[in-house]
Amino acid sequence: MEQHTDLLEIRGLKTHFFTKQGEVPAVDGVDIAIPQKSIVGLVGESGCGKSVTAMSIMHLVQHPGRIVAGQVLFNGDDLAVKSIREMNKIRGKDISMIFQEPMTSLNPVYTIGRQVSEAILLHQNVSKAEAKERTIEIFRKVGIPEPEKRYSSYPHQLSGGLRQRVMIGMAMVCNPQLMIADEPTTALDVTIEAQILHLMRQLQSEQGTSILMITHNLGVVAELCDEVYVMYAGKVMEHADVNELFAHPQHPYTFGLLNSIPDTSGTKSRLYTIRGMVPNLLKLPKGCRFCPRCEKAMKICTMQEPELQDLGNGHQARCFLFDKEVMGK
Amino acid sequence: MFSYIVKRVLTAIPILLGIVLLIFLMLQVVPGNPVVVMMKEKANPAVIANLTERMHLNDPWYIRFGRYVWDAMHGDFGISYKMKNREVSKMIMDAFPNTVKLTIAALVVAWAIGIPAGIISAVKRGSILDNVVMTFSLCGISMPTFWVAMLFQYVFAHKLGWLPVSGFSGFQYLILPAFVLGWSYSGSIARMTRTNLLEAMHNDYIRTARAKGLKESSVISRHALKNSMMPVVTMMAMQVAGMLSGAVMTETIFGIPGLGRITVDAIKNRDMPLLQGSTIFAAALIILGNLVADIAYSFLDPRIRVS
Amino acid sequence: MTEDKNKDFSQLKDTDPIISYEQEESAELTELNSTWDNIVNTFRHNHLALIGVVIIILIILAAVLAPVISAYDPYVQDLENKLAKPSAAHLLGTDAFGRDMLTRLFYGARNSLVIGLIPSIIAIVIGTVMGLMAGYLGKTADFIIMRIADICLSFPSLLLAMVIMYTLGASLLNLFIALSIINWGMTARTVRAETLQLREKEFVEAARSCGVKRSTIMFRHILPNCIPSLIVIFTLDIPSAIMEEASLSFLGVGAQPPEASWGLMVSENKDQLTRAPWVALIPGFAIMLLVLAFNFVGDGMRDALDPTLKE
Repeated sequence: MEQHTDLLEIRGLKTHFFTKQGEVPAVDGVDIAIPQKSIVGLVGESGCGKSVTAMSIMHLVQHPGRIVAGQVLFNGDDLAVKSIREMNKIRGKDISMIFQEPMTSLNPVYTIGRQVSEAILLHQNVSKAEAKERTIEIFRKVGIPEPEKRYSSYPHQLSGGLRQRVMIGMAMVCNPQLMIADEPTTALDVTIEAQILHLMRQLQSEQGTSILMITHNLGVVAELCDEVYVMYAGKVMEHADVNELFAHPQHPYTFGLLNSIPDTSGTKSRLYTIRGMVPNLLKLPKGCRFCPRCEKAMKICTMQEPELQDLGNGHQARCFLFDKEVMGK
Repeated sequence: MFSYIVKRVLTAIPILLGIVLLIFLMLQVVPGNPVVVMMKEKANPAVIANLTERMHLNDPWYIRFGRYVWDAMHGDFGISYKMKNREVSKMIMDAFPNTVKLTIAALVVAWAIGIPAGIISAVKRGSILDNVVMTFSLCGISMPTFWVAMLFQYVFAHKLGWLPVSGFSGFQYLILPAFVLGWSYSGSIARMTRTNLLEAMHNDYIRTARAKGLKESSVISRHALKNSMMPVVTMMAMQVAGMLSGAVMTETIFGIPGLGRITVDAIKNRDMPLLQGSTIFAAALIILGNLVADIAYSFLDPRIRVS
Repeated sequence: MTEDKNKDFSQLKDTDPIISYEQEESAELTELNSTWDNIVNTFRHNHLALIGVVIIILIILAAVLAPVISAYDPYVQDLENKLAKPSAAHLLGTDAFGRDMLTRLFYGARNSLVIGLIPSIIAIVIGTVMGLMAGYLGKTADFIIMRIADICLSFPSLLLAMVIMYTLGASLLNLFIALSIINWGMTARTVRAETLQLREKEFVEAARSCGVKRSTIMFRHILPNCIPSLIVIFTLDIPSAIMEEASLSFLGVGAQPPEASWGLMVSENKDQLTRAPWVALIPGFAIMLLVLAFNFVGDGMRDALDPTLKE
């Protein structure tokens, strides 16, 4: 039933990079559903493919990478087969994106006002004066002090937190249905991070925008998201409601991630780490990708890749431990 | 920004003085008595002594230097040894506009060829077109100016007869020399433009521009180009310096009476005041050019302008 | 131990737990970091650089073996035979004095190579020392050295070289001096920039706190880190020096007749352009070939070694 009302549905997405050393399957068969008006988290270590997934939605993946398979259904319309020209009508308007480095994501030679107005003028048939008005308005909404003055400021005159607010403003100014946030707070101080997250939640509830929140910080996920997808080495390993995931993590990888958060409650014990390293995508092990690091590895894990198993309640995990056929034997 | 300009001007002055001193030492002090050098010891010692006294050449070198600088600031660079009636400053002023015409024409050629080539190369990076353009640029840089001059003379003037071989009395006489001089510089401009544009395209704000829905041509023209053109402005200054060197060649071969040509003649004729005047003038031009480029750069880059 | 594992493995049920195997370190894909590896790798992939090296080696061979492979003496004139077209006897014809072009090209190669190499080496040495001192020895040294470098760099190099030759007189040694003077500035600037960066690094602080002498720090610790940039500058300095010598000789202030310098050969024969174009154009072509070859190699070096270009 949810299939029909999902805002964005990614089915079997594969984005590969064709490098000199070989074909890198950065995203290798990913299914994600983002419902209307919700905040979905996409979590994983560096290099697991979460950013590439996000960029694939918007067709922003540059050479030598490209989408090789799958569908990206936005309100039922497949984005994966669209041309860049068609995508340009959607980018910034129906789907927008903010990035990790506020320091460098704004062009240093133009004023912030002009850069945000550019987004308005691209998609809406308004005069320059009107665009300026709306820009100042959105500055006010995202909490930039003295918005009229700030219109003619240059990026280097603003702090990191303010620049990220500008980015959010630029992303929200055309009232998108979906905003993709790729690690927006990773480069910011903790206090500023809290403010930005608060702002995002506020905008989401006021304007009904869905947010795809990409991060490696589980704290952010707990704070902001309604559902979570956990990715590893190009595939989704687990998916559940946020409360369910934190209370009852099923996949050994998720388990490991949650356990890796240092316990500040005073009990002095050795820091838990998931042993081993993220695999080299050019030389993936046969069988389950997580197997070499998994504490619950079984013989079958070295021979086949598990499918995503349904555990009820919208909770899914990619692990043979939940494969009734295998475990039944 | 004003303080920036003032600082730059103040740094430029000691450099200029340093150059003048260096040239002065090299030309007036090292070779010994200029009178002797000029007259090649043929003349009668009494005449030499007389001239030496009249030209105040017996004074210690720093006094002569001071006098020279003082005169120079008033526009007096002395009298040419060879053309005994002509003032050096007048000779320089007569020759200078010709060099300017040549250099500007050459710059126009170099930029008209180089910048589009560099942009195409960067946009079509990795393609055959890119490789061809870049190899051509490298060839252009590797060709000695005098050789290009002679090659072009042979092909365009002699064989095809489209353009005059040499001389300087009209617009068409400027075309071939401008092309020759501009040719090798177009190569380095193309390479620089390509590098700068590629670097600009790697920046995060390009990704932001695309994510806004801007079409690729606008991404390049509006966002990437402006950022990559700033180093090109600085490059312009260095090019002018190089062009004066190249102009020496071009003027000599095409018979253009410019600054380079009179410098070479001065060397051949051992005409010390002229040599001194023209080299100092050239150096001053370059320092001025660098200064202007720096100031222009600071106008373009808001990070310097608004701080 | 491993054999036991293998024996038991096939007998396990699908769902039996295993001690998962250790992942092999993917050592093969670690970046080739050493300078030498980078250089070798460049030549394997960069075809232009390879062509450049081949051309350079051929020209070096021609220069070294000039007396052996030349059929004629480069200085002997044969006025009856002047300006002969290329033929079996004279593969590239003869010049205005009847001397065999091919022979003079071989001997000219010697001049070009020597004049390309030696001033470049001198310029690099001076530039490196100056750059290190400017970067490391404090503000005064920096100011003085860099102003001198600015003076050498602000000048059109050709004009400066001409003035120096005028002052010192035209001889080979003076040519070396002139070319070295005009070329050391760039090296000094680059080395200074790198020194300024490197001296803030921890390994320098560590050495300083051990009481290591300043000169040792400069030459033993900082200098080796500058080597990739120096290699790039060196390979790009050589073609500049060759061009500069050719230009100076062309103008008459470089090598003097009857030396067989390529630049000189062009100027000697420039009046014959319409009658016998090959005499003037071929030596120029040789210059271009040598310079181009060095530029190919230098470009390849820069792509491999320049830290600022790493993607």
